[in-house]
Amino acid sequence: MLTLSHYLMASGILFALGLAGVMLRRNIIIVFMCLEMMLSATNLSLVAFSRYGLVQGHANYQAQILVFFIITVAAAEVAVGLAIIVALFRAKQTTHSEDLNSLKF
Amino acid sequence: MQLTLFWFFSLLMIGFGAGVVVLRNPVACALSLVASFLALAALFVTLDAYFIAIIQVLVTAGAVMVLFLFIIMLLNLKAEERRRVKLSAMLGGGLIVGCFLELLSSTLSTSPLFSQPLPPLTEPVHSDVAMIGLTLFHSFNLPFQVIGVLLLVATIGVVLLSRQTLK
Repeated sequence: MLTLSHYLMASGILFALGLAGVMLRRNIIIVFMCLEMMLSATNLSLVAFSRYGLVQGHANYQAQILVFFIITVAAAEVAVGLAIIVALFRAKQTTHSEDLNSLKF
Repeated sequence: MQLTLFWFFSLLMIGFGAGVVVLRNPVACALSLVASFLALAALFVTLDAYFIAIIQVLVTAGAVMVLFLFIIMLLNLKAEERRRVKLSAMLGGGLIVGCFLELLSSTLSTSPLFSQPLPPLTEPVHSDVAMIGLTLFHSFNLPFQVIGVLLLVATIGVVLLSRQTLK
C-alpha cells in the first residue's frame, strides 16, 4: 500500500543527502548542485501533499502552482549564482571553498 | 504495480543523489544529478502531476543542468584531488543529517494521516494542464507577474555580473 509517508520519507532522504553534500563537499559548484537537489526534494513533498489532499475529487492544484513558482525561482537563482561563481573564478582562479578565506576573521 | 514503480524510481533517485555527494569528478556529479532529476520526474508521474513532471524534465534536468555542465567545462574544472576531510565537518554533518532523518521518521509514525492509502481521483486526470492554467491565472495572477519581474531582474543581474570589469 503506497502511503503519504513513503513519499515524505523519500523526499526527506533526498533532502538529507543534499544537506550532507552542502556540508561535506568543498567545491562550490557541487555545493550549488546539492542546493538544487534540496529544492527538488521539497518539490516532491509538496506534490505528494497535493495528491493526497484531494479537493473536490482532483489534486490540490494550489500546491502544484507553488511547485511551479519554486522551479522558476530556482532557475533564476541558478543563473545568478553561476554568474557569481564565474566572476569569483575570474578573480581568484579557484572554486574551492577553503581557498576563499579573505573574509575569515 | 504502483508500489513497485515507487520503489524502483525512488531508489534510483536516492542512488544517483548519493552519487552527487560521493563522486569526485564535477562532470560525473552533474550527470548523476540529471539522472536523479529524471527519476524524480517519474515519481511526479506516479503522483498524477504530469505538468510538473514535464516542467521538471525540461527546466531542471534540461536547462539548468546544461547550464551547470556549461560552466563546469568553461572553468575547466578537474577532478578534486583528495584533501583531508575535516573530522569536525564529517561529525557535524552526520549528526545533523541523522537527527533530521530520525525526527522525520518519528513524526511520520505519530499521525495516522500519513499512513492513508492513495485516494482515487474522481475527476478525469486529462485536465491536469487546464486546471493548472486556470488556477495560475485566476488565483495566482499577481504572483505570476511578480515572478516575471523576478526573472527579468535576474537576467539583468547576470548580464551585469558577467561583464569583464565591474564598475
